Amino acid sequence: MPARHAALGHLRDGLRVNPLLLKKFTATSCIGVGVAATLDSLLEQRSGLSRCAFETVDIDTHIGEVAGVDGERLPANLQKFNCRNNRLAELALRQDGFFEAVEQAAQRWGRARVGVFLGTSTAGILQTELAYRERDSVSGALPANFEYASTHNSFSVADYIRQRCRLEGPAAAVSCACASSAKVFGSARRMIEAGLIDAAVVGGVDSLCLTTLYGFHSLQLSSPVPCRPFDVARDGISIGEAAAFALLERVPQNLAGDSVLLLGIGESSDAYHMSAPHPEGLGARRAMQAALAAAQLEPGDIDYINLHGTGTPSNDRSESQAVTSLFGPTTPCSSTKGATGHTLGAAGALEAVISSLGIQHGLMPGGVHTTRIDPTLTAHYIRDNRRGPLSHVLSNSFGFGGTNCSLIFGRAG
Amino acid sequence: MSVSAYVGGLGLLGPGLPNWPDTAAILSGVRPYQPATTVLPLPTILPAAERRRIGRVVKLTLAVALEATSQTGENPAGLASVFSSSGADGQNCHELCQALSLPGREISPTRFANSVHNAASGYWSIATGATPQSNVLCAFDASFCAGLLEALTQVAVDRIPVLLVAYDSEYPQPLHAKRPVPDVFGVAMVLTPQRRESSLARLEAALTGASHDRLTDPALEALRSAIPAARSLPLLRLLATRSCGAAILEYLDVSRMEVQVEPCT
Repeated sequence: MPARHAALGHLRDGLRVNPLLLKKFTATSCIGVGVAATLDSLLEQRSGLSRCAFETVDIDTHIGEVAGVDGERLPANLQKFNCRNNRLAELALRQDGFFEAVEQAAQRWGRARVGVFLGTSTAGILQTELAYRERDSVSGALPANFEYASTHNSFSVADYIRQRCRLEGPAAAVSCACASSAKVFGSARRMIEAGLIDAAVVGGVDSLCLTTLYGFHSLQLSSPVPCRPFDVARDGISIGEAAAFALLERVPQNLAGDSVLLLGIGESSDAYHMSAPHPEGLGARRAMQAALAAAQLEPGDIDYINLHGTGTPSNDRSESQAVTSLFGPTTPCSSTKGATGHTLGAAGALEAVISSLGIQHGLMPGGVHTTRIDPTLTAHYIRDNRRGPLSHVLSNSFGFGGTNCSLIFGRAG
Repeated sequence: MSVSAYVGGLGLLGPGLPNWPDTAAILSGVRPYQPATTVLPLPTILPAAERRRIGRVVKLTLAVALEATSQTGENPAGLASVFSSSGADGQNCHELCQALSLPGREISPTRFANSVHNAASGYWSIATGATPQSNVLCAFDASFCAGLLEALTQVAVDRIPVLLVAYDSEYPQPLHAKRPVPDVFGVAMVLTPQRRESSLARLEAALTGASHDRLTDPALEALRSAIPAARSLPLLRLLATRSCGAAILEYLDVSRMEVQVEPCT
């Protein structure tokens, strides 16, 4: 392990963080159920976006829908949690031996010593949208079988995972719009550092719903075609859905060489606008700077940046400025949202898994759907996959409300 | 294991509880509690353009957060924050679900932007210019303790002062029947790693299996059990009476949170 990773010093001025091990991770999105399928899609630069035919939605747009979500069955004792969001969570939880790894952690550390911190922006709101269509014609009441706490409420997905895995440690949903499941790494880190827990299930789950499809449409932020981050003709996002999880633990003495570590995390607020990024990306820059300081790294140490890169004109412009101002014009970067769509509250965790796969397999995934890079964007956007060893990857997630979070992952050896 | 911090300024607004000093007088028994609908002030701190867009929870959270920070001499622009709420803006959520159930599905872009759980945090940072991290949580009925625990770990681990804002709002019908939160309620506190002149008490929190505290006044107890953020009241009672002791707060189904309070004299 390089010396700077092994420096398990205490935080000074809130800057430096101790590394954490991603003991296990998994992701399910429109490009794959589990990490093997996800990696295959990335290697082949395959996009999972398709024309929107979700539910009764009549918007001309493309989406990243996960196949088979509605065929998922939750365990009999957890039926009250049944909604698309928790079905997607269940599907993802069972991939890659993740559920089993959580059980091992629970047995090793004790069920009360494992926390659950999951990001979501809309949880199971689709269930409420459907229930509103079935209101009683006289009283206006919602159907009797509508379950608010275990489907609609933002906590429902965190509560589902903690009950499904029978965990008894601290738990919360983090709901900071599209930065939600990046920020969960920070909550888990502090809980572990404070000694309240020994392991944490972190991640994000967000699923397709009418609120986001019609909402982004109302803001004229969704594209009719598959999104083209950093393209000169980019005209908005493609909404996707995903569930991605990581099991975080302290770094043990002996580590497998291909282990991935969380080395740094930086958070900031724009204090600028509810639904538009700071034009020069000042908040984004502060988050990336804080992540570098936390990891005790210099900008030149970052081999690849997985951008927030939503494909809206303003987001990509402000992020490009922020990246260039800190890293210069040569650090390779790309957005994987052309492949996965913007999975909103799950994006941070999904892209943490993509970054981790990149580190393990030496892959910088080129951005798909982008044909002509906007010449006014100075960041070094890559369209083709690049292969080669990666030591450090930075991943950006920004959200409505001006909330920013950058994560840095690295190789253990 | 426990985490600790010093609590400085406090802000409070809820049914029959117009601010922290009046709430402290009620919780310490100096004055009787008389339930009344919460009255929300108009926040002058926001630019007029933003003020037109905000709903009840933004008025609520700005009021309690400003009350808390005004007591500590802290510049809010430099404060990290934690916002925790079970349902955030219930009225806004209802309006969106309603519009989506009608033909045409025309929804307001402002309503959509305001529908994020972190809207109150976003408006707070816009109003005050606060650029440090702001984390936004939900843990259903456990949202107050989840927020307190998050804020305490930020203070204890990262050694930074943190503003905690826990709040809830009511849903109109038909969601109200499924989630009967009766009114808005918000509480804010500034937590610091070191003792300051403005510090009221040292808090030390840990999870426990013991049963939680209730309030003796039936109306206050009804409030405590009806609004998730009001689960803070047993802790606030100790702070109001400047008493040394422990408050045991309702947290998750499997655990409670014990908060030891040691007043700064």
